[in-house]
Amino acid sequence: MSNVPVNNGRRRFLTAATAVVGGAGVVGAAVPFIASWNPSARAKAAGAPVEVNVGKIQPGQLIRAEWRGKPVYVVRRTEKTVNDLAKHDDQLRDPNSEAAQQPGYATNAYRSIKPEFLVALGVCTHLGCAPTHHNGDFDQFVDGVENGFFCPCHGSKFDMAGRVFQGVPAPLNLMVPEHSFINDDTLLVGVGQGEA
Amino acid sequence: MLMKLFTDFMGWIDKRLPVTEAWNKHVGQYPAPKNFNFWYFFGSLAMLVLVNQILTGIWLTMNYEPSGDGAFASIEYIMRDVDYGWLLRYMHSTGASAFFVVVYLHMMRGLMYGSYQKPRELLWIFGMLIYLVLMAEAFMGYLLPWGNMSFWGAQVIISLFGAIPIIGEDLTIWIKGDYVISGATLNRFFALHVIALPLVLVILVFLHILALHEVGSNNPEGVDTKKPKGSVKPEELSKFKFHESYTKKYDIVDSIPFHPYYSVKDIMGVAGFLILFCWVMFFFPEGGGYFIEAPNFTPANGLKTPEHIAPVWYFGPFYTILRVVPDKLGGMLLMFAAIGMLFALPWFDRGTVKSVRFRSKWHLANLVQFAICFVILGVLGTMPASPTANLIGVIASFGYFGFFIALWFYSKNEHTKPVPERISH
Amino acid sequence: MKKLILAFALSIAVLAPAAVFAAGPSVPVDKAHNDLSDKESLKRGFETYINYCLGCHQLQYQRYNRTFADLGIEEADGVANYMYTGEKAGDHITNTMSEKDAAKWFGTAPPDLTLIARLKSPDYIYTYLRTFYVDESRPFGVNNTTFKDVGMPHVLQDLQGVSTIDENGNLTPAMGGSLTAEEYDVVVRDLTNFLEYVGEPNKLERKAIGYWVLAFLFFFFILSYFLKKEYWKDVH
Repeated sequence: MSNVPVNNGRRRFLTAATAVVGGAGVVGAAVPFIASWNPSARAKAAGAPVEVNVGKIQPGQLIRAEWRGKPVYVVRRTEKTVNDLAKHDDQLRDPNSEAAQQPGYATNAYRSIKPEFLVALGVCTHLGCAPTHHNGDFDQFVDGVENGFFCPCHGSKFDMAGRVFQGVPAPLNLMVPEHSFINDDTLLVGVGQGEA
Repeated sequence: MLMKLFTDFMGWIDKRLPVTEAWNKHVGQYPAPKNFNFWYFFGSLAMLVLVNQILTGIWLTMNYEPSGDGAFASIEYIMRDVDYGWLLRYMHSTGASAFFVVVYLHMMRGLMYGSYQKPRELLWIFGMLIYLVLMAEAFMGYLLPWGNMSFWGAQVIISLFGAIPIIGEDLTIWIKGDYVISGATLNRFFALHVIALPLVLVILVFLHILALHEVGSNNPEGVDTKKPKGSVKPEELSKFKFHESYTKKYDIVDSIPFHPYYSVKDIMGVAGFLILFCWVMFFFPEGGGYFIEAPNFTPANGLKTPEHIAPVWYFGPFYTILRVVPDKLGGMLLMFAAIGMLFALPWFDRGTVKSVRFRSKWHLANLVQFAICFVILGVLGTMPASPTANLIGVIASFGYFGFFIALWFYSKNEHTKPVPERISH
Repeated sequence: MKKLILAFALSIAVLAPAAVFAAGPSVPVDKAHNDLSDKESLKRGFETYINYCLGCHQLQYQRYNRTFADLGIEEADGVANYMYTGEKAGDHITNTMSEKDAAKWFGTAPPDLTLIARLKSPDYIYTYLRTFYVDESRPFGVNNTTFKDVGMPHVLQDLQGVSTIDENGNLTPAMGGSLTAEEYDVVVRDLTNFLEYVGEPNKLERKAIGYWVLAFLFFFFILSYFLKKEYWKDVH
């Protein structure tokens, strides 16, 4: 679009070199603008790992903790509940937890570090509502399953390992956040097993 | 293949919006005199700084909190907690001062080469409006960090309006939206600083450039490069192709297309400017206490005046003119008159020779004394008041206004050197 | 060339007020000679701050974990050794004194010191903390030649001891402190160093990036100079 009377190799080279170096400069100048959108130190401090005292939870009881603004459900499952988990695999979408909805150390039959404790985000994988915990009366939703989570928004159902049942809108199992145990009674949500 | 795709795409666009046409008219085939010198960098640099201010400004508002309780803390939040927030903030604060540096030099260029003279009066007026809005923009922006100097600086400037007879007191309260400078003041200044004034600024810059391209660029010799159609022998015409909207009306001489010649030159200017800019920003972001004043590191406190309230350096000249008048209203009027004089400059100058190169010794001397007085006034504005400073301020103020008065008298029958027909080389 | 020199001279004349007339504190001050890159000094200053200053003066814009990271302290060690009141590592460095109580005890609330080094300069802090003297007319029995009639006791008195002043305003060395004058200067220098760091935690990073940016721009300038020269062959 310019009306340059002459054009030679030196000119082409210098134009290209200046364009490339200038372009690199523009990219460099963009770094602070892009990086400033990362979570700030304040957001990180607010999203720091949360300690949860699990020593006083009764068998079958659920407590809620908050981590990064989301509800974290911690349930002390009874031995029976853990044993029953394997009995309805045929009704689940992803019984073996193949989708990456949990850290590696929780990719097992009960989706947790200790069979006793389920730690999962109370956020339905459909549209983000908070599923309610039904302890003993879940068979109104799924025949023969005593306990589970039912999402009141669109009727999604999850078992006591947070695994989603078939035939509901939620596509994935409940998310299991990174977590670890500082000692028998203290759960740390936000830091994975062996990371800290 | 890719080239053809691009050509087709541009063809499609051009049928609907004259993009190529606008590019050619204003950039690719815009005739610019071939003898631009160092002083001609500052227009494009002002544009660069404007873009910098707008971009970093937008990014700062993402984390800034416009409230009396939160503003100061949110600046420290930006400086500490936001990734590279400190850099964005320094780019903006250093940019504010850099804006005035380049604008003052840009204006000086206009003075030296008579770029305000006929037919460029409106171009000059647009430029002056930009300068005026820029001062308002800077003043309001300076309140936003809500430091103690922000507070007291605003206090002093707003109090000026109190000097207006009858309505003065009510006017200052109306501007503040409170009996003191408060969160209400901060919020309205914020709204004006981030939305209203930048919008006006961008529109004015657009008009400034449109007016420039209508009348064409002046040059250091002040020689007209647009000759009457048919008055120039074909072999003397510029060898470059210019847009027909120019060549239809004029014979263009001694000119070159803006792109690529001045675009590559301006890139060089930008690189040079950025070296200075980044040197200050990365190593002296406070600018020795002039770009960010030390009392601004403590929050606004209406009960504790800083030891020495000084406006930011770029207001210095006008602040001194205000101060040397021992009457509040008179000082304000003289200060506005000082800016008004600049607006009226095209009519103070009754000469027809543009460039200082071909004007009288008187004009050169007058121009030099004006520049010196302006700098002296600026320096005094940042210093504490004292009898000596006051005396120097009075003398420099006479120099400032004297420039315009003297110009009006001698420019009518000025003894000028013969102006060449063409740009000499 | 002459014109270019004139142009430069004029542009410098416009910039000169910023550079030449740099504002400084009105009281003469000693040079602190502190070194922001000396992390051991910063750590000692941090400890002194926590032990002697934090009770009254908050650092409300600075976070513990940021300080740990910048000073090279492991977060777990930092929580164990520098934090006493059960805050989280990500919290700001604050105290629990209410402003009302503080105003009652001291007449005025002790200021936050996050930005004190930028407000007053490190040299000022270094001098101020070394110029307390006995003055029985003051509420705390001490006054200060750098900050006249300061409303603060000499908190470091058990380290420095306390000086006396003669009619000419000269201080005679402090007596009765647990440190020698040289040792005390080191303590104050470390504290000053820490306060300069807290004032702008990214200062070293800023300069480090600055060198790279300038180097890049010089290279780009040279390139653009040759590009301009190449194109302008058409014109000349």
